[in-house]
Order: sequence, then C-alpha cells, then structure tokens
Amino acid sequence: MIHSLFIINGAGDVFMEKHWKTVVGKSICDYFFEAQSKCANSEDVPPVIATPHHYLVNIFRNNLYFVAVLTNEVAPLFVIEFLHRIMDVFEYYFGECTETSLKDNYVVVYELLDEMLDSGLPLATETNILEELIKRPNIILKMTKLITGDDTNFGNTLPSSQLSNIPWRRMGIRYTNNEAYFDLIEEIDAIIDRNGVTVMCEIQGYIDCCIKLSGNPDLTLSFVNPRLLDDVSFHPCVRLKKWESERVLSFIPPDGNFRLISYHIGSQKCQSDAISIPIYVKHNIQFREGSSGRFELTVGPKQTMGKTLEAVVIECSMPKSVLNCTLTPTQGKCTFDPVKKILVWDIGKIESKTQAAARLPSLRGNIVLSTGQPLPESNPVLNVRFTLNQIAISGIRVQRVDMHGEKYKPFKGVKYITTVKNGRFQIQTKQNFSIPD
Amino acid sequence: MSSAERSLSMSSSMSMQGASGFSSGASGGGANPADENAEPASTLSIFALDYKKHEDIKHMLDSNKDNLKLEAMRRVIGMIAKGKDAADLFPAVVKNVVSKNMEIKKLVYVYLMRYAEEQQDLALLSIATFQRALKDPNQLIRASALRVLSSIRVPSIVTIMMLAIREAVHDMSPYVRKTAANAIAKLYALDPELKEELIAVIAKLLADKTILVNGSAVQAFEQVCPERIDLIHKNYRRLCNLLVDIDEWSQVTVLNMLTRYARTQFVDPNKTVEGDKNNFYGDENNSKEKSENDGEDSLEKRTYVMDSDHRLLLRCTKPLLQSRNSAVVMAVAQLYHYVAPRSEIHVIANALIRLLRHHREIQTIVLKCIASMAEKNKDIFGPFLKAFYVRSSDSSHVKRYKLEILTTLACATNISTVLRELQTYVLSPDKEFAAQTIHAIGRCASTIPEVTEACLNGLVGYMSKKDETIVAESVVVVKKLLQINPVQYGDIIKHIVRKVDKITVPAARASILWLIGEYSERISKLAPDVLRKMAKTFPDEEAIVKHQILNLAAKLYVMNAKQTHLLVQYVFNLAKYDTNYDTRDKARLLRALLFQADKCPALSKHAKKILLASKPAPLLESIVRNHDQYTLGTLSYVIGQAVPGYTDLPDYPLEPSDSSIRNVEVIRPSLSQDESPRKPSSGGKKKSTTSEKFYSDEEENDENEGTSTEGPDDEEEEDEDGDEDEDDENEEEEENEDDEDEDDEKPTKNIHQTNEYEQLDARSPTIIENQPESHESTEGEDTESDDEVTSASEDTTDDDADEKTIEKHTLSFNKSPSNIAISGFSMATITEKSIAEDDLEAFLGITTTSTGAQQSTTKASVRDDLQNLESLSTPSTLTYIRQYECLNRMTGQGLQIQYRFPRTPFQRATNMVHIELTFTNTTPNNDIRSIKFIKSKSGVNIQGFNDIDQLPGGASIITSIGIDFNDTTQSASFDISIDGRQLATSVSIPCHVGELFQPKFLNEKDFNQNLGSLRGMHEITGTLNVNETQISKFNFTTIQTKVVQCANVSSVPSSSGDSTIYRFSGQTVSSKALVLIAIQLNISQSTINLTLNSDRIILATMLLKEIQQAISTIS
Repeated sequence: MIHSLFIINGAGDVFMEKHWKTVVGKSICDYFFEAQSKCANSEDVPPVIATPHHYLVNIFRNNLYFVAVLTNEVAPLFVIEFLHRIMDVFEYYFGECTETSLKDNYVVVYELLDEMLDSGLPLATETNILEELIKRPNIILKMTKLITGDDTNFGNTLPSSQLSNIPWRRMGIRYTNNEAYFDLIEEIDAIIDRNGVTVMCEIQGYIDCCIKLSGNPDLTLSFVNPRLLDDVSFHPCVRLKKWESERVLSFIPPDGNFRLISYHIGSQKCQSDAISIPIYVKHNIQFREGSSGRFELTVGPKQTMGKTLEAVVIECSMPKSVLNCTLTPTQGKCTFDPVKKILVWDIGKIESKTQAAARLPSLRGNIVLSTGQPLPESNPVLNVRFTLNQIAISGIRVQRVDMHGEKYKPFKGVKYITTVKNGRFQIQTKQNFSIPD
Repeated sequence: MSSAERSLSMSSSMSMQGASGFSSGASGGGANPADENAEPASTLSIFALDYKKHEDIKHMLDSNKDNLKLEAMRRVIGMIAKGKDAADLFPAVVKNVVSKNMEIKKLVYVYLMRYAEEQQDLALLSIATFQRALKDPNQLIRASALRVLSSIRVPSIVTIMMLAIREAVHDMSPYVRKTAANAIAKLYALDPELKEELIAVIAKLLADKTILVNGSAVQAFEQVCPERIDLIHKNYRRLCNLLVDIDEWSQVTVLNMLTRYARTQFVDPNKTVEGDKNNFYGDENNSKEKSENDGEDSLEKRTYVMDSDHRLLLRCTKPLLQSRNSAVVMAVAQLYHYVAPRSEIHVIANALIRLLRHHREIQTIVLKCIASMAEKNKDIFGPFLKAFYVRSSDSSHVKRYKLEILTTLACATNISTVLRELQTYVLSPDKEFAAQTIHAIGRCASTIPEVTEACLNGLVGYMSKKDETIVAESVVVVKKLLQINPVQYGDIIKHIVRKVDKITVPAARASILWLIGEYSERISKLAPDVLRKMAKTFPDEEAIVKHQILNLAAKLYVMNAKQTHLLVQYVFNLAKYDTNYDTRDKARLLRALLFQADKCPALSKHAKKILLASKPAPLLESIVRNHDQYTLGTLSYVIGQAVPGYTDLPDYPLEPSDSSIRNVEVIRPSLSQDESPRKPSSGGKKKSTTSEKFYSDEEENDENEGTSTEGPDDEEEEDEDGDEDEDDENEEEEENEDDEDEDDEKPTKNIHQTNEYEQLDARSPTIIENQPESHESTEGEDTESDDEVTSASEDTTDDDADEKTIEKHTLSFNKSPSNIAISGFSMATITEKSIAEDDLEAFLGITTTSTGAQQSTTKASVRDDLQNLESLSTPSTLTYIRQYECLNRMTGQGLQIQYRFPRTPFQRATNMVHIELTFTNTTPNNDIRSIKFIKSKSGVNIQGFNDIDQLPGGASIITSIGIDFNDTTQSASFDISIDGRQLATSVSIPCHVGELFQPKFLNEKDFNQNLGSLRGMHEITGTLNVNETQISKFNFTTIQTKVVQCANVSSVPSSSGDSTIYRFSGQTVSSKALVLIAIQLNISQSTINLTLNSDRIILATMLLKEIQQAISTIS
C-alpha cells in the first residue's frame, strides 16, 4: 500500500526517507515541490498529487511535510490518517515532532517505522505496544545505558497485548499510586456577526485521560447528561454496544495518556439548548477619509457562571492600508505588527464580578491609514481566545467513574476546561453586503 | 566469486557520491543523519577519507563486541535514512544476521529489506538463518523471521517463502498466522503464478477462528483475488459480527470488501420500490423522524424485503461510524452510500460532519466526498448547513469544497441564509475565493428561480466595486446568467452597458462587449455608440477585448449596416494592422464574410445566421460533477483518474444470491482450531465458537450481536482475571445442569444483555440445542407454581421477625460502604483533598462546598426513610411462607419433616439461612423417640436442631436449623437418626435462590452509590414485555409483593416519588454480598426493564429469572 515515505522540512530538504518496497528515487519529490510552489500558503498544497506513475499523499504538520508514495489504489484517507498517526507516535516518543528531534533519534524513528508498517500495511500503531517493542528515549534510559552499558532500544519479548483482543494495553502494569485523571476539554467554535448575533456556535469536546492504574482495570464512566452527546467518536477501547444501550462508557483503558472520546455538539443543539457564549466584545471601528480611523473595543464576561475568564487574547488582522495604530488598553498589553498588520491585545484575566462591570477592559485609539490608498472595504475580523476553567460550557458533567476487576481503590479526578482553538472564535465587524432592491 | 566483485565495484562507485554521511556519523550516537545535504561535488575532495570510513564501519561490524556492531549498524541505518547508498557494506552487515542481540538483529533486518533486492546472491546467505528462526520457540522471532523473509523480494526464494507461509498458517500463535496473512500479498507481488496456491491459503486464513488473523486475511484476499467473492460466503456473517473487534486499519479493508460483496449478492434496496417512493419522498422534509422511517419501512415491505444478511451488514457497520479513525468512518459512509436504502443513508451525515474537525487533509477529502454525496442526496446534509460555513482560517481547498456544498445544498427554503453567508465571503481578502463565491452566487441564481433577480441585482452591484477580480467575475457570471434568460433582463443589459467605461479588467470588458453584440437589438441605440467609443480606444485594448470589438462590429453590421458601415470599416482597418496575428486573422475572416460577398458567396449569404446563431446557455455547474464516475473516497475519485488496482463497484444483480450459501455447516473439523493453543485451555471459548453453528436463521443475528461485543471480554476474563473468576466459573458449571431450564430463555429475551457470564451460559451448546422445546414448558410450569405461591403467602404474616429486621437495618444505615464518587454523590468520603493538584480544584471545590448541604440532606432523607418505613411495613410483611416437604412419611417411617424459610436471621450464626423444620408424627399412636441430627459429610455447614426426645403420635414439633449455603443453590443434606437407627435416606434441603438473601436496608442515595460500584460485568439486565392491561396493574404494592415472594429483599423507599422505578436491595446471607434490584416500568413501550447488580452474578442471574417470572404473573 504505502510504498515509501519522505520527510521534508519547511525549507524543502528531504531529510529522511524510508522504503517499504522497492526503492523509489528521491526525485519523485520534485512533483511535490512543483505543486508546492504553485501554492501561496503551505497549507494549500493539495493532499493528493498525481504523477505519471506514482501518487503522492502528503500531510503538513509541525512545519514538516510527510509525503507517502503510492502506486496502487488505496483510500487516501487511510494514508492520511496513517501519516498523522505516525506523527502522533513520534510526538509521543520524542515529546515533539520536529526536524531536530527526528534527526537526533533517527535509529528509533527507523525502528518505529519498521514496526508500524509491514510492506506498506499498518501493523502496530498503538503507542502502548510500540513502547514494549521499542523503548522510549528518555533520561532514565540514557542513564541506565551509561551505567549498565546495555545499549539497546529493544524489548526482548513479544508485547503480550498484541495477541489479546485489547491491543492497546500491555500486561503487568504496576503503580504504587493508582490514579485516573480525566480532563474534559471543550472548544468553542463560533462566528458572531457584527450585530452580536451568533451566526454559528459549535462545541468540540474531548476527554483526555491520564490513567495510571495497576493490573487490568475495567472502568465505567457515566455522565450526568449523556443525551447531549449524540455525535461522538471513541478510542477503540470503548465498548460501542454498551454506549448504544446504556450511554455509559465502559472500557479497559490504555496505560498513560490517551483521548477517550471526542464529541461534537452541533449548531442546532447549541442553539436549542441555549448555550451561551461567555464573552462579548463591543467594537467600533471606523475608517475615515483623510488617513485616519477610530478603533474601540470593550470586552466583558457574559454568563460565565461565576468563573473567571482567563488568558483572554484578541487578535485582529487589519486591512493592508493600515500603517500604524496608537491604541491604549486599560488592561493588558497591546501590540501591532506593522508588517503582518496584526493587532494583538493580550488582556489576561477578566473577573466576572458584577462590580467590575464598571471597569471592563477596553482598548481605544487611532488608526493611521496610508494616504492615497482607497479606504478598506471590509472591516477586520476579530479572533478571540480565552480559557474558562472548572466548567464545560455545554454543561456536560461526569457523574461517576467506577472501576471493576481490580481490588485497590484508585484516586479519580475530573477537570473541566472550556477554551477556544486559535482562529475558531471569530467576531465579524465587517459590514454586511446588502442586495439593492 | 561474482558477488564479491560486484560489491567491490559498488563500493567504489558508492564512495563517489555517498560521502558525507560519516562526518557526522562518526561524531557519536546522536549523529545527525541529515544535517548535510551536500551533494557529490563537494565530497570528491574527501574521497580517500570517505573510503577509509567505510572501512571503519566494516571493522566495527566485524568486531566481536556487540556495542561496536550496534554503533556501526546505527550509522548504516543513518545512511539509509538519508537516502545515501550503503550497498557496499552488504557482506559485512549480512554476517550479523545471526547476532544474538535483538537490536542488531532488527537493524540488520531493516538493512536487508532495503538492499536484498539489489544484492540477491549475497542475500541468499542469510536465508538459512531465517529458516532456522522460523522454528524458534519464541513466536516473536518466528513472526519477524517470516516478515523479513517475505519482505526481501528475492525471486529465487519464492518456493521457500511458499513453504514458510504454508507452515505458518498452521502455527499455534495467531500472531504468526497474522504475519503469514500479511506475507501472502508480498509473495503474490513477487510471483503472480502462485495465485492458485495462495488462494487456498487465504481460504484457510479467512476461516481462522481468531479475529486477529481474519483482518489480515481479508487484506490478502483483496490484494490477491478480489474476484473470488465465493470465498467470502461462509465467512460473511462472522466477519460482519466481529467487525468491531478487528483492528482499525483492517476494518477499512474489510468494509470495502463487504461493500463490494453486498453489491454482488443483494438486490438494490432502492430500485424495487422506486415507483412508490417517488410519491413518498416528494414531500419529505429534510429532518426525518424515526417514526416516519418506520412508517416507510412498513410500506416498503410490500414490495421489497431486505435480505437478512444485508440488514446484518448495515447493522453491524453502523457502530463503526463512531470510530476515531477517519478512514473507517469514511469506509462506513461509503458502504451506506452504495448499499443502504435511501431512507437510511442519513445516519452517516453526522459522522462525516464530525470528520470536518480533523486535520486539514482529512477535511479536504471528506468535503469532496460530501460534495458528491450532496449532489445526489441533498436531504441528508441539509440540516448541517452551518457546518459548511467557511472560516478565514480554512485552506483554499477546504474553502472551495465548502462553497461547493453550500451551493449544492441551497434551496428555496434556506437560500436567504446561504446568500447572506456568501455575501460575507465576497468581501474576503482571499480574492480567488471571492471570485469563486461570485460564481457560486451565480449557480444559486440559475438553480433557484426565486432569487435569480435578487442575485443578478446583487452581482450588478459588485460591478461597481474597486477590486478588479470581483468585478470581472461578476460580469462573467452575469453574462452567463443573462444568456440563460435574456428576455427578462433587458434593463440589466442596459445597466451593464453603461458600466463599460469604468470597467478595466479585460475579461469583464470582453464579456460586456459580447453581451452588447449578442443582444444588440434590445439596445439598438446604445450599441453603435459603444462601438464608436471602442473604436477610439481600440489600439490600447488587450487582445481578448479586441476580438470582442471585432465581433461586436460584425454583428452590428449585420443588424444595422446603414448606420454602422463606416465605423465597422474603420475598426476592421485598425485590426488589419494590429500586431497580434490572431486579431489580424479574425479581422480578415470577418471581412471576407461581410464585405466580400463575391469571393465566397455561399458563406456570406448566411452571414447573419452564422454570426447570430443562438448560442446554448452555459451550465453553471459543480466542480465535482464528473468525479463520481469513480467510487467515492477512493484514490481514483480524489484525483479524478483511474489508478492501477482500481475496480468499479459492480452493479446490483437482478436476482439476489441464495442466502443459504452463507450458512455455515454444523461442525466442521478445523485444524487451526485444534492446534490453537488458546482454545483447549478455555473450554468456554470453544463452546462459544462451535455454538455459532447451531443457530437457526432467526436467532443467529441476535446471538451474534452479543458475541461480537462480548468476544474480547470473555477472553480477557479468561486470560487475566482468571484467579478472581475461577470460583464463579466453577460454580457456574456446577449450576449449569440444574438450572438449564432457567437460563435458556436468555438468548431470546435478553438480547441486549451485556454481561459476560450470561453470555457464557447462553452460548453453551447443550442449552441451545434444547432451546425450542424446553423454553415453553418451563414457562408454563413456573407460572403454575407461582400462582400457588401467591395464594399460600398472602394470608400469613410474621410481624415479629419483620420488626427485628427493620431495627437491624436502620442501625446499619450509616455504615454503608464508602465510595469515592466523582461529584454529586457522597462527597463526605473524600479525604484526599491534599493529594489533589491545583488543576483538580474544579472537582474538589464542589466537594468542599457541597459537603455540608449533603450531610443535612442525608439526615433529612434518613428521617423520610424512617417515615416511609412505617407505611411500607405492611406490604413487606407479606412474607412468603410456603412449606415444603423434605422427608416423606413413608421413608421416614411415620415421621414427616416439612421445612420453610421464616426469613429471619439465624440467631446462632449470622451467615446461615434460617430454616424452620416441622416434625410431625403421622402415625396415630406410636411415639417416635430420640430424633437426632447427624451431620453429613458433604461439607455443608449446618447447625443442627436439638435432639427431640419424644414425639407423640399425631403431634408436631417445630424446630429450626441454620444452613450455610455458601451462596449457592446446591441443596444441603443431613441425616437423621430415630431411636439410634440412622434413616436410610438423608434429608436434603434445596435452597431457593431468593432465600439466599436477606434484606439490606438502603435509602435511595446509598442504593445509587452502591450501584455505581457494581456496574459493568456485575450488572445484568432483562426486559419483559407485557400487555397494556397488565402494565396498568403495576404499582408499588403488586410489584413489591411479587419481588418479596421471590426473594428476601427489602424495598428502597423512593425519595423522588418516581412511580416508574422500584428498587430493592438485599445481601447474600453467607458472604453479605450486596444485590441491588431495580425494576423500571416503561409504560409507553409496555416493557419492564429489570436490572440486577451484584458481584454474585450467578445468583443474580437466577434471581432475575425468578423475578421476571413472578412479575409476568401480575394481572
């Protein structure tokens, strides 16, 4: 299936290659570079490129391109998903997946690639199994290598889980402190038009777990209000039938960190359930003839249920004709990059107390426009980021987590965070185009 | 030796270019494999040095220290990783294939896979090592040897590979068999001649009992012989059922294969009902309700009944829509798109939309597929319109496809929102995207007549924008729209004509001129004037505009020769001397047509017809329109051209294949099964696999459904939880025979039961064989006996005993087991506050604040509960007191012994069940003397009765004994001696399951809290269907009476006043294991759901049975 893999850095150097079948020359990448050169943005490279005899499927992540070479019909999503999985494994092994980390660990990289694919077919992709086959480079390992002189990355036995039907968990795990942590993270994804009306609001949620439990625990996690979750995807460990019949998550967890479930609450549901956006921004942006303009922003909390908005940042990419901004914030720091025309206002915390309403953080000042150029036709879009701790905006709550199959009593903890992924919360300030009658 | 020479020549040629690898390689383990991309030119200077360094590696490889070898191998791998040639090291590396060090071995394997193909002769040297490794006792080594052997692509070892694969197929280890399945495709690629032999192997692996192997076997099948669909028949149902357990990558392959299979075996679910459906779907809304679907289904049934196997496929694949793997979700979507009836396709929409949150590349491909699907089936994506709103951060492909989908989904009802959204895109800084948006607006206008005019006006408005791309695109789109319906929009044409001076973009100007020429009769006064202006600026125009000026001139001349004659001549003369030859050619052609009638009379006669022929209106169509000639989601589909290995999905056959071909024969001796190491050890498993062959058509689906989820659990239970569960399993086996008739109902009634133990029971072959007959008979019997019970119990009460129990349980209130619940429940027990990190404060914060309130509510609820108790005491004293005979007066020589369960705690030992024995002397006047209790040797712990010295004729004496049944329903037996003589038959007291419990008083909160720790495999559920008249009879009293009849449990007062759920709690007498019973009435569906939670799962199973029986008698 996957014939070869080339890893290319941001500068366009092929710094690593791996072939699972007959070697394909590096020159195949020229087709990729050709396609890349046609795109203004590195994200715009088409994911599938056809060449006369081969087909290139590429992903771009962490400023690296992974280019897989195919010769036969394979579902492109299969390849893309797999390339991302490789990237995930590298990130797990080396902490980050960058050119330097890959070069530093090229032997491990090669060993991993060899285990993950067998002549182009995926073999072992679970980090738990791989870790049993190939040790993760870390300080402890380096130390033992130094001391014992036993310089090997390999385990000597077949990972037992490979054989069982729970390939994601290895055997014989022991911890002195048995702990299970669940981070319930929700990302708001919203577009608000200039009148403050929510055009679209969706929530993307995850439960990321860090499970350190001995033996073979069987966990059951139930929600207070599972009916909110109708669009979910699971880690393979979750028993799907159990979810369908009882709406509880029953699973034997992998060891360590993993994403148990990700869910999506669509716009219809968000609106019908009246999920409120916890922040509002008042804006007044004017460009006037005569090379100047006014810029005013006020930010305030809205129905945060007593929680504090944290790490609030507003980003605004100004029209090209803006030369400079002289803005004074009442709170936080404001910077303007005159080259990229990006205004960043780092506000920090906004208390939700009512008496604070009088002095909400605001930003005021003038904009200098370059003379001679026409006024910008569209007003800028504000990208807002913030974090709200201790609460999941959709109202999802974990009711309880139970453990069977083991005798000890683990410590269990849940944490809720609501946040915004960069660029996913947009407030439009532009004027709506209206159809003349 | 030729190979030696060859390697030598390689090494010299190699050193020319491969150079720099070692400058860094030598610097140590952390060598950067790619910091030099320096190419050959620079390396010539260090030619000698480089050569030496190769020597260096060779030396290291030859040394006898593993460390050095390993270091050398790592450097070699570094070279390979960079794409540098390391072929000259082949002999030195290959020697190390025998190394004992795992990592060296692995690295040598990596090297071999890379270079063996190039150095086949030398590679043969390593084969012997692999052959030896294939016999290694360690399965990991066997598997990896097979992997490498099959990956080195040396044609001369084809026969060895074939042998190795054949052998590995029979290997004990499923992992090795899986590897063998993977090797098949590799061997086939090397030597297609072996196809027939390989097919035989594939057939064997497809039938393998381990799901691990099947996934890979299907992959091999797809690579080698996708046309041999007949191999699938026998495995089809199993593959469907076990699909969720296959690893995610194989799932994709299996799903694709099943899609193809369904297209060849089943008939088109949409075709046969086409006639009906049209009326049906005509007025159907986007939002389909479930009930609506059901209605449709029933109607469809008149004409078309879906094959049960077809249905099975759809049902088994649906849960996979929740996979985290986008390829799996896409494969299911594909399957539904091609195989499911139209009314069911909508289930995939949600899952596909979810994929839009994944990585950019995934988004691009999914959107493209959605675009194609939406084209065919607007309805399913209609409700998700907003998911396709474009963000400024999307990549250009994503934007384009989203726009495409928005346009496709636009219809009269949502067009206003779509257009408003599109308008904001027009202002996007991405000009290319803005232009695409305008094109999209044009498409909306052409497809939805209601908005055509508004769109046209809007587009005309865009013409006055400053941005040239927007203006140009608007003009072009307007031109196309006008062409579709020119009659109506004369005004707009005039408006556009007035713009001609202001618009500078050549394409737009050209479009306007074309419009004027085309519709000059509508603007007969303006047109010549425009030509006049154009004639002025002619020399400065772009070629494309000049051509249109010429066209305009020609058309005007044809229409209105008198007024424009001179002007046209002038323009033609200008064109004659133009620098562009195209322009000159065009002018010459037109001139000949118009002015030189004598030269080509035939043509110029028709000049008017030629120039003013009616032009077909352009179709504003989707960018993905023609891509769906290929199967959705395939590589061919994405790039729009056929890729090697692509095959079209076949069309549905007219006649479905006979479904009996998919039946599996009764017992087929299977070698692999017997040899498998896991099977013999786990008896249960073996049973379960064979039992699948017993089912009759009706039941197999349900049963398999259970199997598919439980498959893995069973195994892990057996593998890992062995210690813990062994007891239970043993018990269960003992029980099996006794309770056969009780358990056999499960597979039919409790389809959705998910408890492992139950499934084991249900699948034991004896039971299944018996099923049809025994099922009915038991039910009858039980009902009868229950009726008796009711009548017997109603009148007797035991107030005394009951009060005691209540007292006891109220005391035990606060001792309920502490349990850490996450939130909301029993926060008082959390003391680990200090352990928690800051981050977890969310959870702890609630804890601390709520504790106080919690406690007060606890108190309140205790009070409530106590009050409730009084009201409850009446029904709960309806104790079920039935006497049974355990010693017949004939065998007892006149002595009759009856027993009953008074349901009070046994005073002398709390872990014993209290049994009251009534000794009756049935002889009229003989006294029976000295009745003594003799403990039996059976090991059951019994507290006997005190000796009875004398029992006069006709009299009876009541005495009590205690029996520790040890939480099983095995009967306890003891002997009795009368007057020094031991009776021939021993007295045996069977225990009824309900009597093994004693009430355990809980309030609702405690109940829920305990419930939490008994979920999962400690939970069994059952459903009971009742008719409507019956369900109206259900209330607290009736249910409680029945439950209390069955078992010695107490009811849990409901604090919420919910009248649809009744809870009972108890504990086993001997081990005090909690059992929780919840009975939920589902009035709307006339069903009753019973849930039992207990870690004594066998008892719970039996109890569930009894309660079900009892409740079903309420009427």
